[in-house]
Amino acid sequence: MERNVFVSRRRIDGFDVSPSDSAEAHVLAVDDSLVDRKFIEQLLKISSFKVTAVDSGRRALQFLGLDEEKSSSVGFDGLKVDLIITDYCMPGMTGYELLKKIKESSNFREIPVVIMSSENVIARIDRCLEEGAEDFFVKPVKLSDVKRLKDYMMREVRFGTTNSGGTNKRKLQESCDLTSSEPSISSLSSSSSDSPSRSPISPSSAPSSIPTPLDSPVRRLKMTNTGGLI
Amino acid sequence: MEVGQLQRRLVDYTKSLLTEGILDDQFSQLQKLQDESNPGFLVEVVSLFFEDSEKLLNDITRALDQQGVDFKTVDAYVHQLKGSSASVGALKLKNACVAFRSFCEEQSMEGCLRSLQEVKQEYYNVKNKVETLFKMEKQIVAAGGSVPKTE
Repeated sequence: MERNVFVSRRRIDGFDVSPSDSAEAHVLAVDDSLVDRKFIEQLLKISSFKVTAVDSGRRALQFLGLDEEKSSSVGFDGLKVDLIITDYCMPGMTGYELLKKIKESSNFREIPVVIMSSENVIARIDRCLEEGAEDFFVKPVKLSDVKRLKDYMMREVRFGTTNSGGTNKRKLQESCDLTSSEPSISSLSSSSSDSPSRSPISPSSAPSSIPTPLDSPVRRLKMTNTGGLI
Repeated sequence: MEVGQLQRRLVDYTKSLLTEGILDDQFSQLQKLQDESNPGFLVEVVSLFFEDSEKLLNDITRALDQQGVDFKTVDAYVHQLKGSSASVGALKLKNACVAFRSFCEEQSMEGCLRSLQEVKQEYYNVKNKVETLFKMEKQIVAAGGSVPKTE
């Protein structure tokens, strides 16, 4: 489980060297609002993510090493990014534009991107999803939304789980409640099949640490669990 | 006042702010997000919000004071203020921003000026109330108690 300094590696290989080190995934949060940045940062930290928060799309690209001026593929401090969550409405470069740039990049296109917006506009949501966003959160973002992020990171995990395609493509506020119960339903066995059993095999410890070797696709469980999700 | 009383007073006060719609559930969510590893979180976010808001209010005031008012610019500022109000749970303030935006859209100078007053009022109101709430929390801690979670 070496710590990869190259963001792309783990995706391209198809299997993973698990996210970052110490099982904590690293999220790059992008929002021009200071208040919202603080907020999303805390939501992410509480959910056991490592966070880097930047205030613009430009900075996000710089951090990733995609900025035209810099061409290194290493982030500022060499931490790879496992997911990007970005505000939609930002001056300069919108979240949508950032999304496009990331998806156009061969090195970074595999990084899941989630968009946040205070405006619940279907056309906007569709456009983002079509461009490859994993999900779209309406602000203010909820803790249950953030907990769902783990699902998007799991898909390329090395145990060869193929995504059942059941990802939530819409943010459905109410149905988040089911998913907000933390992994007390817990981790699956490492052979993560597509139809996971519900019985806890090795109950993961409290939300703050995930010691399971596989950052298990609790998501799958949640997907099948929540029939209400389209 | 002893700790128990202080705590009850705080709970009641918070509840009243929620009932009056000055704050909404988002504020409660923020309170819940505070944890041992980040005990100053709520105060920090709210302080940022105050700073940010005051700057925006100044920006809006200035923008409306121009010879040729650019309503799009005003709207952009109000949009930001609306966003951060929503993020901290300042419901009435947020709603005032929503109303403000429609006047921006209509390009109504009068409407905007009126809205600005409304927004300022709501802002100072929520600022006041939240500061009072924080004071109460401090008193509890000073008296050796812990801040009760609402609900």
